[in-house]
Amino acid sequence: MEYVLIIISAIFVNNVVLSQFLGICPFLGVSNKLSTATGMSGAVCFVITLATVVTFLLNKYLLVPFGLEFLQTIAFILVIAALVQMVEIVLKKISPSLYQALGIFLPLITTNCAVLGVALSVVQKDFNLAQATVYAFATSLGYGVAMILFAGIREHLAQSDVPEAFKGLPIAFITVSIMAMAFLGFAGLV
Amino acid sequence: MSKFGLITKGLIKENPTFVLVLGMCPTLATTTSAMNGLEMGLATMFVLILSNIVISLIAPAVPDKVHIPVYIVVIATFVTVLQLLMQAYVPDVYATLGLFIPLIVVNCIVLGRAEAFANKNSVADSALDGIGIGLGFTLSLTVIGLVREILGSGSAFGFKFMAGDGILAFVMAPGAFLVLGYLMVLFNKLAKK
Repeated sequence: MEYVLIIISAIFVNNVVLSQFLGICPFLGVSNKLSTATGMSGAVCFVITLATVVTFLLNKYLLVPFGLEFLQTIAFILVIAALVQMVEIVLKKISPSLYQALGIFLPLITTNCAVLGVALSVVQKDFNLAQATVYAFATSLGYGVAMILFAGIREHLAQSDVPEAFKGLPIAFITVSIMAMAFLGFAGLV
Repeated sequence: MSKFGLITKGLIKENPTFVLVLGMCPTLATTTSAMNGLEMGLATMFVLILSNIVISLIAPAVPDKVHIPVYIVVIATFVTVLQLLMQAYVPDVYATLGLFIPLIVVNCIVLGRAEAFANKNSVADSALDGIGIGLGFTLSLTVIGLVREILGSGSAFGFKFMAGDGILAFVMAPGAFLVLGYLMVLFNKLAKK
């Protein structure tokens, strides 16, 4: 039951994009087309889950025992950057088809603040390893949900006639705002 | 570009929020009031100036292949310094801004300026660039915060001028996107003239 609550809360109630404001740049950047949005969501899902597990273990067995918690920010970002590189190399070798599908999105993920954000908030929330993994996976699913929904809307938006000054990002932000309002409806759920 | 131009370009011409559209996460998340926006802007400016200075100093010595990791370590160092300073001197501000202080590391403005400016300009110019872009970011965040605070809680910089609660949605997530969207429209409209 506890895990179900974590999952529902991470996907809908505290959606990573629409209520925590993490990972906005790639959210706006690659949501022009449904297919790229799906690819990016897959890559993000993979990296967030993996990075959270690794940084969780790093924090618990290396930083905390030696009293080095103040190094969290530096250590985490380095681990994430290295991890993304490694995932890229391993994928290329093991599953070229998956690499083809995720390829171009992987390097972009290092600068996705959702990855560092989730890793840091897991530490702040004092989760255990199982909770942290479930939370990370659910959060990245929430990222995918928001991204794919938004890409669908945006494909239609591209064809509609909006006033000159609203073209491009402004109308996108206003659309996201309406989506966020809809997601606010989940607030009483958990 | 003149020294004065370096400081003022961030305000309108190369405004990081409305023109370059960088660093959106803290822009949306921390602007629940004018004061919060101002504090977040200043915190980012601190890291931006110092990382610009150090990166312009070390850039000639850094091999091209590893320059991004090196820059990230420099930025992360200053973010850690900032975290420790804030915890010591302004713990309540640190608590309000929360997660978004460590997340300055992945703020694209900081790495963006290192890549686009600091690694090929002099130390003095890079410092001024940090101040200029930092000021632009602070100003945008304060304006967004001010609009959200006026509409959402009927106060400005914590000074309450209206009885009642205001429109709560503006303090919550949808208001952030909405205010940013409309301010961008306004900026486009005025800048085109």
